[in-house]
Amino acid sequence: MGDHVFGFRTRALHAGTPPDPATGARALPVYLSSSFVFDSTEHAAELFALRTYGNIYSRIGNPTVAAFEERIASLEGGIGSVAFGSGLAAQLSTVLALAQSGDHIVATASLYGGTVTQFTVTLKRMGIACTLVPPNADAVAAAIEPHTKLVFTETIGNPDGNVADIEALAAVAHAHGVPLVVDNTFATPVLCRPLEWGADIVTHSATKFLGGHGTVIAGVVVEKGTFPWGAGKHPLLSQPSPGYHDMNFAETFGEYAFLMRLRTEVLRDVGAALSPMNAFLVMQGIETLALRMPAHVANAMEIARFLRTRDEVAWVSYAGFEDSPYRALARKYLPDGAGSIFTFGLRGGRDAGRAFIEALELWSHLANVGDAKSLVIHPASTTHQQLTDEQMTAAGVKPEMIRLSVGLEDPADLRWDLENGLRAARAVAAALATA
Amino acid sequence: MILETVSQRRDLLARSRTVAMVGASPNPTRPSYFVFSYLRTKGRLKVAPINPAVSEIDGVKAYPSLEAYAAANGPPDIVDVFRKAADAPQVVSEAIAAEAKAIWFQYGVINDEAIRLAAEAGMDVVVDRCIKVESARFDGGLSTGGLNSGLITSRRT
Repeated sequence: MGDHVFGFRTRALHAGTPPDPATGARALPVYLSSSFVFDSTEHAAELFALRTYGNIYSRIGNPTVAAFEERIASLEGGIGSVAFGSGLAAQLSTVLALAQSGDHIVATASLYGGTVTQFTVTLKRMGIACTLVPPNADAVAAAIEPHTKLVFTETIGNPDGNVADIEALAAVAHAHGVPLVVDNTFATPVLCRPLEWGADIVTHSATKFLGGHGTVIAGVVVEKGTFPWGAGKHPLLSQPSPGYHDMNFAETFGEYAFLMRLRTEVLRDVGAALSPMNAFLVMQGIETLALRMPAHVANAMEIARFLRTRDEVAWVSYAGFEDSPYRALARKYLPDGAGSIFTFGLRGGRDAGRAFIEALELWSHLANVGDAKSLVIHPASTTHQQLTDEQMTAAGVKPEMIRLSVGLEDPADLRWDLENGLRAARAVAAALATA
Repeated sequence: MILETVSQRRDLLARSRTVAMVGASPNPTRPSYFVFSYLRTKGRLKVAPINPAVSEIDGVKAYPSLEAYAAANGPPDIVDVFRKAADAPQVVSEAIAAEAKAIWFQYGVINDEAIRLAAEAGMDVVVDRCIKVESARFDGGLSTGGLNSGLITSRRT
Protein backbone atom coordinates (compact mmCIF):
# COMPACT_ATOMS: atom_id res chain seq x y z
CA MET A 1 0.00 0.00 0.00
CA GLY A 2 2.46 2.63 -1.18
CA ASP A 3 2.04 5.74 -3.30
CA HIS A 4 1.89 3.96 -6.64
CA VAL A 5 -0.77 5.45 -8.89
CA PHE A 6 -2.90 2.69 -10.39
CA GLY A 7 -4.30 2.87 -13.91
CA PHE A 8 -7.91 2.88 -15.01
CA ARG A 9 -8.17 -0.81 -15.89
CA THR A 10 -6.63 -1.84 -12.59
CA ARG A 11 -9.02 0.40 -10.67
CA ALA A 12 -11.95 -0.93 -12.71
CA LEU A 13 -11.10 -4.35 -11.24
CA HIS A 14 -9.90 -3.44 -7.75
CA ALA A 15 -11.14 -0.07 -6.47
CA GLY A 16 -13.55 -0.55 -3.58
CA THR A 17 -12.93 -4.28 -3.32
CA PRO A 18 -10.06 -5.34 -1.10
CA PRO A 19 -10.54 -8.96 0.02
CA ASP A 20 -13.54 -9.23 2.33
CA PRO A 21 -12.07 -8.58 5.82
CA ALA A 22 -14.49 -11.04 7.44
CA THR A 23 -13.94 -14.07 5.18
CA GLY A 24 -11.11 -13.31 2.75
CA ALA A 25 -13.55 -13.73 -0.16
CA ARG A 26 -11.84 -12.28 -3.24
CA ALA A 27 -15.00 -11.67 -5.25
CA LEU A 28 -17.34 -8.97 -3.95
CA PRO A 29 -19.66 -10.58 -1.37
CA VAL A 30 -23.36 -9.81 -1.75
CA TYR A 31 -24.46 -8.61 1.67
CA LEU A 32 -28.17 -9.35 1.45
CA SER A 33 -28.95 -8.00 4.89
CA SER A 34 -31.44 -5.23 5.53
CA SER A 35 -29.76 -4.26 8.82
CA PHE A 36 -26.51 -4.51 10.76
CA VAL A 37 -26.04 -5.07 14.50
CA PHE A 38 -24.37 -2.40 16.60
CA ASP A 39 -21.31 -3.05 18.78
CA SER A 40 -22.92 -1.22 21.70
CA THR A 41 -25.48 1.46 22.48
CA GLU A 42 -22.71 4.06 22.26
CA HIS A 43 -21.68 2.74 18.82
CA ALA A 44 -25.32 2.96 17.69
CA ALA A 45 -25.58 6.54 18.93
CA GLU A 46 -22.34 7.53 17.18
CA LEU A 47 -23.58 5.99 13.92
CA PHE A 48 -26.95 7.72 14.06
CA ALA A 49 -25.29 11.06 14.83
CA LEU A 50 -23.02 10.56 11.76
CA ARG A 51 -19.95 10.79 13.98
CA THR A 52 -18.58 7.44 12.92
CA TYR A 53 -18.70 5.39 9.71
CA GLY A 54 -20.53 2.10 9.62
CA ASN A 55 -23.54 0.16 8.46
CA ILE A 56 -26.96 0.74 9.97
CA TYR A 57 -29.67 -0.16 7.48
CA SER A 58 -29.42 -0.93 3.74
CA ARG A 59 -31.72 1.91 2.75
CA ILE A 60 -28.90 4.28 3.77
CA GLY A 61 -25.85 2.16 3.01
CA ASN A 62 -24.78 -1.43 2.38
CA PRO A 63 -21.29 -2.95 2.07
CA THR A 64 -21.87 -4.37 -1.42
CA VAL A 65 -23.40 -1.12 -2.63
CA ALA A 66 -20.55 0.85 -1.00
CA ALA A 67 -17.99 -1.15 -3.00
CA PHE A 68 -19.76 -0.04 -6.20
CA GLU A 69 -19.87 3.55 -4.92
CA GLU A 70 -16.15 3.61 -4.18
CA ARG A 71 -15.25 2.02 -7.52
CA ILE A 72 -17.22 4.44 -9.69
CA ALA A 73 -15.89 7.36 -7.62
CA SER A 74 -12.37 6.15 -8.36
CA LEU A 75 -13.05 5.74 -12.09
CA GLU A 76 -14.67 9.18 -12.43
CA GLY A 77 -12.01 10.87 -10.29
CA GLY A 78 -14.41 11.83 -7.49
CA ILE A 79 -14.14 11.83 -3.70
CA GLY A 80 -17.10 9.50 -3.33
CA SER A 81 -20.53 8.62 -4.57
CA VAL A 82 -24.03 7.59 -3.55
CA ALA A 83 -25.85 4.83 -5.44
CA PHE A 84 -29.57 4.81 -6.17
CA GLY A 85 -32.15 2.36 -7.45
CA SER A 86 -32.13 3.99 -10.90
CA GLY A 87 -30.55 6.78 -12.91
CA LEU A 88 -33.66 8.92 -12.57
CA ALA A 89 -33.62 8.44 -8.79
CA ALA A 90 -29.96 9.53 -8.77
CA GLN A 91 -30.80 12.62 -10.78
CA LEU A 92 -33.88 13.62 -8.78
CA SER A 93 -31.98 13.13 -5.53
CA THR A 94 -29.15 15.34 -6.77
CA VAL A 95 -31.65 18.14 -7.35
CA LEU A 96 -33.34 17.56 -3.98
CA ALA A 97 -29.97 17.74 -2.20
CA LEU A 98 -29.40 21.26 -3.55
CA ALA A 99 -32.79 22.80 -4.29
CA GLN A 100 -36.17 23.18 -2.61
CA SER A 101 -39.52 24.77 -3.35
CA GLY A 102 -39.00 28.25 -4.82
CA ASP A 103 -35.65 27.34 -6.35
CA HIS A 104 -34.68 26.93 -9.98
CA ILE A 105 -32.39 24.83 -12.15
CA VAL A 106 -31.08 25.23 -15.71
CA ALA A 107 -30.68 22.27 -18.07
CA THR A 108 -29.59 21.93 -21.66
CA ALA A 109 -32.59 20.85 -23.74
CA SER A 110 -31.32 17.78 -25.60
CA LEU A 111 -31.87 15.31 -22.78
CA TYR A 112 -33.35 11.88 -22.28
CA GLY A 113 -37.15 12.29 -22.47
CA GLY A 114 -37.62 10.94 -18.95
CA THR A 115 -35.26 13.61 -17.65
CA VAL A 116 -37.15 16.37 -19.46
CA THR A 117 -40.39 15.15 -17.89
CA GLN A 118 -38.83 14.81 -14.43
CA PHE A 119 -37.45 18.34 -14.63
CA THR A 120 -40.42 20.10 -16.24
CA VAL A 121 -43.38 18.21 -14.75
CA THR A 122 -42.44 16.44 -11.51
CA LEU A 123 -40.00 19.07 -10.19
CA LYS A 124 -42.48 21.79 -11.12
CA ARG A 125 -45.12 20.11 -8.93
CA MET A 126 -42.58 20.23 -6.10
CA GLY A 127 -42.09 23.97 -6.63
CA ILE A 128 -38.70 23.71 -8.35
CA ALA A 129 -38.65 25.42 -11.75
CA CYS A 130 -36.51 24.30 -14.67
CA THR A 131 -35.46 26.32 -17.71
CA LEU A 132 -34.41 24.24 -20.73
CA VAL A 133 -31.92 26.03 -22.98
CA PRO A 134 -29.84 25.29 -26.08
CA PRO A 135 -26.63 23.48 -25.12
CA ASN A 136 -24.24 26.42 -25.13
CA ALA A 137 -22.66 28.54 -22.42
CA ASP A 138 -24.28 31.83 -23.47
CA ALA A 139 -27.79 30.36 -23.33
CA VAL A 140 -27.06 28.83 -19.92
CA ALA A 141 -25.68 32.13 -18.61
CA ALA A 142 -28.77 34.00 -19.80
CA ALA A 143 -31.08 31.53 -18.04
CA ILE A 144 -29.41 31.59 -14.60
CA GLU A 145 -31.55 33.36 -11.99
CA PRO A 146 -30.82 34.42 -8.39
CA HIS A 147 -32.38 31.19 -7.07
CA THR A 148 -30.73 28.86 -9.61
CA LYS A 149 -29.06 26.01 -7.73
CA LEU A 150 -27.44 23.92 -10.47
CA VAL A 151 -26.80 23.55 -14.19
CA PHE A 152 -27.45 20.13 -15.75
CA THR A 153 -26.28 18.62 -19.04
CA GLU A 154 -25.47 15.27 -20.64
CA THR A 155 -21.95 14.52 -21.98
CA ILE A 156 -23.57 13.10 -25.10
CA GLY A 157 -27.17 14.24 -25.51
CA ASN A 158 -29.90 11.59 -25.85
CA PRO A 159 -30.86 11.11 -28.62
CA ASP A 160 -29.46 14.12 -30.51
CA GLY A 161 -25.85 13.00 -30.03
CA ASN A 162 -24.65 16.54 -29.32
CA VAL A 163 -21.49 16.83 -27.23
CA ALA A 164 -21.50 19.16 -24.21
CA ASP A 165 -18.83 21.85 -23.95
CA ILE A 166 -18.21 20.86 -20.34
CA GLU A 167 -15.37 23.29 -19.68
CA ALA A 168 -17.38 26.28 -20.93
CA LEU A 169 -20.54 25.24 -19.09
CA ALA A 170 -18.57 24.76 -15.86
CA ALA A 171 -17.02 28.21 -16.19
CA VAL A 172 -20.45 29.82 -16.59
CA ALA A 173 -21.97 27.84 -13.72
CA HIS A 174 -19.07 28.66 -11.40
CA ALA A 175 -19.20 32.35 -12.33
CA HIS A 176 -22.74 32.28 -10.92
CA GLY A 177 -21.83 30.25 -7.83
CA VAL A 178 -23.61 27.07 -8.91
CA PRO A 179 -22.30 23.56 -9.68
CA LEU A 180 -22.32 21.86 -13.05
CA VAL A 181 -23.96 18.43 -13.01
CA VAL A 182 -23.13 16.20 -15.99
CA ASP A 183 -24.87 12.94 -16.80
CA ASN A 184 -22.08 10.75 -18.14
CA THR A 185 -24.17 7.67 -18.94
CA PHE A 186 -23.50 7.61 -22.71
CA ALA A 187 -19.75 8.24 -22.48
CA THR A 188 -18.82 6.33 -19.29
CA PRO A 189 -15.54 7.27 -17.56
CA VAL A 190 -13.71 5.26 -20.22
CA LEU A 191 -14.48 7.85 -22.90
CA CYS A 192 -14.90 11.04 -20.82
CA ARG A 193 -14.38 12.09 -17.21
CA PRO A 194 -16.38 15.32 -16.81
CA LEU A 195 -14.93 16.05 -13.34
CA GLU A 196 -11.52 16.51 -14.99
CA TRP A 197 -13.05 19.21 -17.22
CA GLY A 198 -14.52 21.25 -14.37
CA ALA A 199 -17.85 19.52 -13.71
CA ASP A 200 -18.69 19.19 -10.01
CA ILE A 201 -21.10 16.27 -10.00
CA VAL A 202 -21.52 13.32 -12.36
CA THR A 203 -24.67 11.19 -12.58
CA HIS A 204 -25.11 7.83 -14.26
CA SER A 205 -27.80 5.45 -15.25
CA ALA A 206 -25.65 2.44 -14.31
CA THR A 207 -28.26 0.35 -16.10
CA LYS A 208 -26.45 1.15 -19.33
CA PHE A 209 -22.75 0.57 -20.11
CA LEU A 210 -21.62 0.28 -16.47
CA GLY A 211 -23.81 -2.78 -15.90
CA GLY A 212 -23.33 -3.39 -19.58
CA HIS A 213 -25.50 -6.46 -20.02
CA GLY A 214 -29.05 -5.16 -19.82
CA THR A 215 -29.71 -6.87 -16.50
CA VAL A 216 -30.40 -4.39 -13.71
CA ILE A 217 -31.72 -0.88 -13.10
CA ALA A 218 -29.24 1.25 -11.14
CA GLY A 219 -28.02 4.83 -10.76
CA VAL A 220 -25.23 6.71 -9.04
CA VAL A 221 -24.08 10.27 -8.19
CA VAL A 222 -20.35 11.07 -7.99
CA GLU A 223 -18.88 14.28 -6.57
CA LYS A 224 -15.54 15.90 -7.25
CA GLY A 225 -15.17 17.50 -3.83
CA THR A 226 -13.98 20.97 -4.78
CA PHE A 227 -17.22 22.97 -4.95
CA PRO A 228 -17.55 25.60 -2.16
CA TRP A 229 -20.76 24.27 -0.57
CA GLY A 230 -20.35 26.57 2.40
CA ALA A 231 -20.33 29.78 0.36
CA GLY A 232 -24.01 30.46 1.08
CA LYS A 233 -25.57 29.76 -2.30
CA HIS A 234 -26.89 26.38 -1.08
CA PRO A 235 -28.56 26.90 2.30
CA LEU A 236 -29.59 23.23 2.39
CA LEU A 237 -25.90 22.53 2.95
CA SER A 238 -24.70 25.68 4.71
CA GLN A 239 -27.59 26.32 7.14
CA PRO A 240 -28.49 24.26 10.22
CA SER A 241 -30.40 21.15 9.14
CA PRO A 242 -33.57 20.40 11.13
CA GLY A 243 -33.32 16.85 9.74
CA TYR A 244 -30.10 16.37 11.73
CA HIS A 245 -30.39 18.24 15.03
CA ASP A 246 -29.35 21.52 13.36
CA MET A 247 -26.05 20.22 12.05
CA ASN A 248 -24.42 22.36 9.36
CA PHE A 249 -23.30 19.91 6.66
CA ALA A 250 -20.80 22.24 4.98
CA GLU A 251 -19.11 23.14 8.27
CA THR A 252 -19.09 19.62 9.70
CA PHE A 253 -18.19 17.60 6.62
CA GLY A 254 -16.28 20.10 4.46
CA GLU A 255 -15.65 18.64 1.03
CA TYR A 256 -17.97 15.71 1.82
CA ALA A 257 -20.95 17.95 2.63
CA PHE A 258 -22.95 17.29 -0.54
CA LEU A 259 -22.43 13.52 -0.47
CA MET A 260 -23.26 13.32 3.22
CA ARG A 261 -26.52 15.23 2.78
CA LEU A 262 -27.35 13.24 -0.35
CA ARG A 263 -27.03 10.00 1.62
CA THR A 264 -28.17 10.83 5.11
CA GLU A 265 -31.10 13.10 4.25
CA VAL A 266 -32.15 12.53 0.63
CA LEU A 267 -31.49 8.80 0.19
CA ARG A 268 -32.64 8.18 3.75
CA ASP A 269 -35.93 10.03 3.24
CA VAL A 270 -36.66 9.27 -0.42
CA GLY A 271 -35.81 5.60 0.01
CA ALA A 272 -34.61 4.96 -3.56
CA ALA A 273 -31.88 2.56 -2.41
CA LEU A 274 -29.97 0.24 -4.73
CA SER A 275 -30.29 -3.49 -4.02
CA PRO A 276 -26.98 -5.19 -3.06
CA MET A 277 -27.67 -7.88 -5.66
CA ASN A 278 -28.00 -5.23 -8.35
CA ALA A 279 -24.85 -3.48 -7.15
CA PHE A 280 -23.02 -6.82 -7.50
CA LEU A 281 -24.21 -7.20 -11.10
CA VAL A 282 -23.16 -3.64 -11.99
CA MET A 283 -19.75 -4.38 -10.46
CA GLN A 284 -19.38 -7.46 -12.65
CA GLY A 285 -20.07 -5.22 -15.61
CA ILE A 286 -17.58 -2.54 -14.57
CA GLU A 287 -14.78 -5.13 -14.43
CA THR A 288 -14.83 -5.27 -18.25
CA LEU A 289 -15.94 -1.69 -18.97
CA ALA A 290 -12.52 -0.61 -20.25
CA LEU A 291 -12.49 -3.56 -22.67
CA ARG A 292 -16.07 -3.23 -23.84
CA MET A 293 -16.20 0.50 -24.62
CA PRO A 294 -13.54 0.49 -27.38
CA ALA A 295 -15.33 -2.50 -28.94
CA HIS A 296 -18.67 -0.67 -28.75
CA VAL A 297 -17.07 2.40 -30.36
CA ALA A 298 -15.46 0.38 -33.17
CA ASN A 299 -18.72 -1.37 -34.01
CA ALA A 300 -20.64 1.91 -33.87
CA MET A 301 -18.24 3.58 -36.28
CA GLU A 302 -18.51 0.69 -38.71
CA ILE A 303 -22.32 0.67 -38.59
CA ALA A 304 -22.57 4.44 -38.89
CA ARG A 305 -20.32 4.42 -41.95
CA PHE A 306 -22.32 1.56 -43.46
CA LEU A 307 -25.60 3.41 -43.05
CA ARG A 308 -24.15 6.50 -44.63
CA THR A 309 -23.49 4.60 -47.87
CA ARG A 310 -27.15 3.58 -48.22
CA ASP A 311 -29.67 5.35 -50.41
CA GLU A 312 -32.52 4.50 -48.00
CA VAL A 313 -30.84 6.62 -45.33
CA ALA A 314 -31.44 10.38 -45.44
CA TRP A 315 -28.94 11.28 -42.73
CA VAL A 316 -26.72 9.79 -40.01
CA SER A 317 -25.89 11.84 -36.89
CA TYR A 318 -22.79 10.51 -35.13
CA ALA A 319 -20.30 12.74 -33.35
CA GLY A 320 -17.62 10.26 -34.39
CA PHE A 321 -17.83 11.44 -38.02
CA GLU A 322 -15.17 13.88 -39.16
CA ASP A 323 -17.84 16.19 -40.62
CA SER A 324 -20.16 16.10 -37.59
CA PRO A 325 -21.07 19.57 -36.27
CA TYR A 326 -19.96 18.21 -32.88
CA ARG A 327 -16.60 16.94 -34.14
CA ALA A 328 -14.51 19.67 -32.51
CA LEU A 329 -16.15 19.06 -29.14
CA ALA A 330 -15.91 15.28 -29.60
CA ARG A 331 -12.21 15.54 -30.39
CA LYS A 332 -11.69 17.49 -27.18
CA TYR A 333 -13.93 15.60 -24.77
CA LEU A 334 -14.20 12.15 -26.42
CA PRO A 335 -10.80 11.51 -28.02
CA ASP A 336 -11.24 7.73 -27.83
CA GLY A 337 -14.63 7.69 -29.50
CA ALA A 338 -18.06 9.28 -29.38
CA GLY A 339 -19.80 6.29 -27.83
CA SER A 340 -21.97 3.71 -29.53
CA ILE A 341 -25.39 5.36 -29.48
CA PHE A 342 -26.38 7.44 -32.47
CA THR A 343 -29.33 8.25 -34.70
CA PHE A 344 -30.20 8.20 -38.36
CA GLY A 345 -33.20 9.14 -40.50
CA LEU A 346 -34.85 6.95 -43.12
CA ARG A 347 -36.31 8.30 -46.33
CA GLY A 348 -40.04 7.61 -46.19
CA GLY A 349 -40.44 9.00 -42.66
CA ARG A 350 -42.42 7.31 -39.92
CA ASP A 351 -43.89 4.51 -42.08
CA ALA A 352 -40.49 3.51 -43.42
CA GLY A 353 -39.18 3.56 -39.87
CA ARG A 354 -41.89 1.20 -38.70
CA ALA A 355 -41.20 -1.22 -41.57
CA PHE A 356 -37.47 -1.03 -40.86
CA ILE A 357 -37.80 -1.93 -37.18
CA GLU A 358 -40.33 -4.70 -37.83
CA ALA A 359 -38.04 -6.38 -40.37
CA LEU A 360 -35.09 -6.68 -37.97
CA GLU A 361 -34.14 -10.10 -36.59
CA LEU A 362 -30.97 -9.50 -34.58
CA TRP A 363 -31.30 -5.93 -33.30
CA SER A 364 -33.61 -5.86 -30.28
CA HIS A 365 -36.48 -3.38 -30.42
CA LEU A 366 -36.66 -2.09 -26.86
CA ALA A 367 -36.34 1.00 -24.68
CA ASN A 368 -32.79 0.79 -23.37
CA VAL A 369 -29.25 1.61 -24.45
CA GLY A 370 -25.78 0.46 -23.47
CA ASP A 371 -26.44 -3.29 -23.57
CA ALA A 372 -23.79 -5.69 -24.92
CA LYS A 373 -26.54 -6.59 -27.42
CA SER A 374 -27.49 -4.19 -30.20
CA LEU A 375 -30.69 -2.22 -29.66
CA VAL A 376 -32.99 -0.12 -31.83
CA ILE A 377 -35.89 2.22 -31.14
CA HIS A 378 -38.00 4.99 -32.69
CA PRO A 379 -37.75 7.79 -30.05
CA ALA A 380 -40.60 9.97 -31.37
CA SER A 381 -43.16 7.22 -30.62
CA THR A 382 -41.53 5.80 -27.46
CA THR A 383 -38.85 7.31 -25.18
CA HIS A 384 -39.67 10.90 -26.08
CA GLN A 385 -43.37 10.58 -27.01
CA GLN A 386 -44.58 12.43 -23.88
CA LEU A 387 -42.74 15.60 -24.94
CA THR A 388 -44.52 18.50 -26.58
CA ASP A 389 -43.66 19.17 -30.24
CA GLU A 390 -41.64 22.15 -29.05
CA GLN A 391 -39.72 20.08 -26.50
CA MET A 392 -39.17 17.37 -29.09
CA THR A 393 -37.64 19.85 -31.50
CA ALA A 394 -35.50 21.33 -28.73
CA ALA A 395 -34.34 17.84 -27.76
CA GLY A 396 -33.41 17.14 -31.39
CA VAL A 397 -35.99 14.37 -31.87
CA LYS A 398 -37.17 14.19 -35.49
CA PRO A 399 -40.19 12.10 -36.61
CA GLU A 400 -38.09 9.89 -38.91
CA MET A 401 -35.28 9.41 -36.39
CA ILE A 402 -34.15 5.89 -35.48
CA ARG A 403 -31.82 5.47 -32.49
CA LEU A 404 -29.27 2.67 -32.43
CA SER A 405 -27.27 1.39 -29.47
CA VAL A 406 -24.54 -0.63 -31.13
CA GLY A 407 -23.54 -3.74 -29.21
CA LEU A 408 -20.69 -6.18 -29.37
CA GLU A 409 -21.91 -8.69 -31.98
CA ASP A 410 -19.97 -9.46 -35.16
CA PRO A 411 -20.38 -6.26 -37.17
CA ALA A 412 -21.04 -8.27 -40.34
CA ASP A 413 -24.10 -9.78 -38.66
CA LEU A 414 -25.31 -6.36 -37.57
CA ARG A 415 -24.95 -5.08 -41.13
CA TRP A 416 -26.74 -8.16 -42.52
CA ASP A 417 -29.71 -7.48 -40.30
CA LEU A 418 -29.78 -3.77 -41.11
CA GLU A 419 -29.83 -4.73 -44.82
CA ASN A 420 -33.08 -6.61 -44.15
CA GLY A 421 -34.56 -3.59 -42.44
CA LEU A 422 -33.43 -1.19 -45.15
CA ARG A 423 -34.97 -3.42 -47.82
CA ALA A 424 -38.32 -3.25 -46.04
CA ALA A 425 -37.99 0.51 -45.61
CA ARG A 426 -37.17 0.90 -49.32
CA ALA A 427 -40.33 -0.97 -50.28
CA VAL A 428 -42.43 1.35 -48.14
CA ALA A 429 -40.72 4.45 -49.47
CA ALA A 430 -41.26 3.23 -53.07
CA ALA A 431 -44.94 2.54 -52.40
CA LEU A 432 -45.33 6.01 -50.92
CA ALA A 433 -43.64 7.54 -53.95
CA THR A 434 -45.95 5.81 -56.43
CA ALA A 435 -49.12 6.26 -54.39
CA MET B 1 9.25 17.17 7.54
CA ILE B 2 6.01 17.95 5.73
CA LEU B 3 4.09 14.73 5.04
CA GLU B 4 2.43 14.99 1.66
CA THR B 5 1.79 11.42 0.54
CA VAL B 6 -0.84 8.87 1.48
CA SER B 7 1.72 6.39 2.77
CA GLN B 8 3.42 9.05 4.92
CA ARG B 9 0.10 9.84 6.60
CA ARG B 10 -0.69 6.15 7.03
CA ASP B 11 2.71 5.53 8.63
CA LEU B 12 2.33 8.54 10.94
CA LEU B 13 -1.04 7.29 12.17
CA ALA B 14 0.27 3.72 12.50
CA ARG B 15 3.25 4.70 14.68
CA SER B 16 1.29 7.16 16.83
CA ARG B 17 -0.63 6.35 20.00
CA THR B 18 -1.56 9.70 21.58
CA VAL B 19 -3.28 12.80 20.19
CA ALA B 20 -3.59 16.14 21.98
CA MET B 21 -6.44 18.00 20.29
CA VAL B 22 -6.04 21.78 20.59
CA GLY B 23 -9.42 23.46 20.31
CA ALA B 24 -11.57 20.35 20.92
CA SER B 25 -15.14 21.48 21.58
CA PRO B 26 -17.82 19.81 23.71
CA ASN B 27 -20.50 21.27 21.39
CA PRO B 28 -21.91 18.25 19.49
CA THR B 29 -22.52 20.30 16.31
CA ARG B 30 -18.87 21.42 16.02
CA PRO B 31 -16.52 19.65 13.58
CA SER B 32 -13.87 19.27 16.30
CA TYR B 33 -16.36 17.32 18.40
CA PHE B 34 -17.04 14.95 15.47
CA VAL B 35 -13.32 14.28 15.15
CA PHE B 36 -12.78 13.95 18.89
CA SER B 37 -15.72 11.58 19.25
CA TYR B 38 -14.55 9.46 16.29
CA LEU B 39 -11.05 9.02 17.67
CA ARG B 40 -12.30 8.40 21.21
CA THR B 41 -14.82 5.71 20.24
CA LYS B 42 -12.49 4.03 17.72
CA GLY B 43 -10.05 3.74 20.60
CA ARG B 44 -6.82 3.06 18.71
CA LEU B 45 -5.48 6.56 19.33
CA LYS B 46 -5.74 7.93 22.87
CA VAL B 47 -7.16 11.41 22.38
CA ALA B 48 -7.27 14.25 24.93
CA PRO B 49 -8.87 17.71 24.59
CA ILE B 50 -6.67 20.78 25.05
CA ASN B 51 -9.20 23.45 26.01
CA PRO B 52 -8.97 25.72 29.06
CA ALA B 53 -12.75 26.27 29.05
CA VAL B 54 -13.71 22.67 29.92
CA SER B 55 -12.59 20.07 32.45
CA GLU B 56 -13.58 17.05 30.37
CA ILE B 57 -15.40 15.97 27.21
CA ASP B 58 -17.42 12.74 27.27
CA GLY B 59 -15.50 11.62 30.35
CA VAL B 60 -12.05 12.29 28.88
CA LYS B 61 -9.99 14.69 31.02
CA ALA B 62 -9.22 17.98 29.29
CA TYR B 63 -6.02 19.97 29.80
CA PRO B 64 -5.78 23.78 29.74
CA SER B 65 -2.57 23.72 27.68
CA LEU B 66 -0.14 21.45 25.88
CA GLU B 67 2.28 22.14 28.73
CA ALA B 68 -0.21 20.75 31.24
CA TYR B 69 -0.90 17.75 28.98
CA ALA B 70 2.82 16.94 28.63
CA ALA B 71 3.39 17.34 32.36
CA ALA B 72 0.79 14.66 33.05
CA ASN B 73 1.21 12.33 30.06
CA GLY B 74 4.60 13.05 28.50
CA PRO B 75 5.04 14.38 24.94
CA PRO B 76 2.06 13.74 22.63
CA ASP B 77 2.69 11.78 19.43
CA ILE B 78 0.42 14.17 17.48
CA VAL B 79 -0.86 17.67 18.25
CA ASP B 80 -4.08 18.09 16.24
CA VAL B 81 -4.90 21.77 15.64
CA PHE B 82 -8.49 23.06 15.47
CA ARG B 83 -7.71 26.77 15.72
CA LYS B 84 -7.86 29.69 13.35
CA ALA B 85 -4.84 29.90 11.05
CA ALA B 86 -3.53 33.08 12.70
CA ASP B 87 -3.17 31.23 16.01
CA ALA B 88 -1.17 28.37 14.48
CA PRO B 89 2.38 29.72 15.14
CA GLN B 90 1.59 30.05 18.86
CA VAL B 91 0.31 26.46 18.93
CA VAL B 92 3.51 25.32 17.21
CA SER B 93 5.63 27.06 19.87
CA GLU B 94 3.69 25.28 22.59
CA ALA B 95 3.92 21.97 20.71
CA ILE B 96 7.70 22.35 20.42
CA ALA B 97 7.91 23.07 24.15
CA ALA B 98 5.80 19.95 24.83
CA GLU B 99 8.18 17.94 22.60
CA ALA B 100 5.36 16.78 20.34
CA LYS B 101 6.53 14.43 17.58
CA ALA B 102 4.05 15.59 14.95
CA ILE B 103 1.63 18.43 14.33
CA TRP B 104 -1.55 18.05 12.31
CA PHE B 105 -3.28 21.16 10.94
CA GLN B 106 -6.96 20.47 10.24
CA TYR B 107 -8.86 21.70 7.15
CA GLY B 108 -8.27 25.42 6.57
CA VAL B 109 -5.62 25.80 9.28
CA ILE B 110 -2.98 26.93 6.80
CA ASN B 111 -0.22 29.22 8.07
CA ASP B 112 3.13 29.25 6.29
CA GLU B 113 5.06 30.51 9.32
CA ALA B 114 3.60 27.78 11.54
CA ILE B 115 4.44 25.11 8.97
CA ARG B 116 8.02 26.38 8.65
CA LEU B 117 8.55 26.60 12.42
CA ALA B 118 7.25 23.08 12.96
CA ALA B 119 9.30 21.57 10.14
CA GLU B 120 12.46 23.36 11.32
CA ALA B 121 11.89 21.98 14.80
CA GLY B 122 11.99 18.46 13.30
CA MET B 123 8.32 17.69 13.70
CA ASP B 124 6.32 15.72 11.16
CA VAL B 125 3.76 18.14 9.70
CA VAL B 126 0.39 17.45 8.04
CA VAL B 127 -1.44 20.44 6.53
CA ASP B 128 -5.07 21.00 5.49
CA ARG B 129 -6.15 17.42 6.19
CA CYS B 130 -8.61 15.92 8.64
CA ILE B 131 -7.24 13.32 11.05
CA LYS B 132 -10.67 11.64 11.13
CA VAL B 133 -10.86 11.36 7.36
CA GLU B 134 -7.28 10.07 7.11
CA SER B 135 -7.89 7.56 9.92
CA ALA B 136 -11.07 6.41 8.17
CA ARG B 137 -9.16 6.07 4.90
CA PHE B 138 -7.00 3.36 6.47
CA ASP B 139 -9.50 1.72 8.85
CA GLY B 140 -12.11 1.17 6.12
CA GLY B 141 -14.49 3.87 7.32
CA LEU B 142 -14.40 5.92 4.11
CA SER B 143 -15.07 2.82 2.01
CA THR B 144 -18.04 1.95 4.20
CA GLY B 145 -19.49 5.34 3.34
CA GLY B 146 -19.06 4.96 -0.42
CA LEU B 147 -16.14 7.41 -0.31
CA ASN B 148 -12.99 7.01 -2.37
CA SER B 149 -10.19 5.81 -0.10
CA GLY B 150 -7.78 5.70 -3.03
CA LEU B 151 -6.49 2.38 -1.72
CA ILE B 152 -5.98 -0.73 -3.84
CA THR B 153 -4.89 -4.02 -2.29
CA SER B 154 -5.37 -7.74 -2.75
CA ARG B 155 -4.04 -8.46 0.73
CA ARG B 156 -6.44 -9.32 3.48
CA THR B 157 -6.37 -6.70 6.22
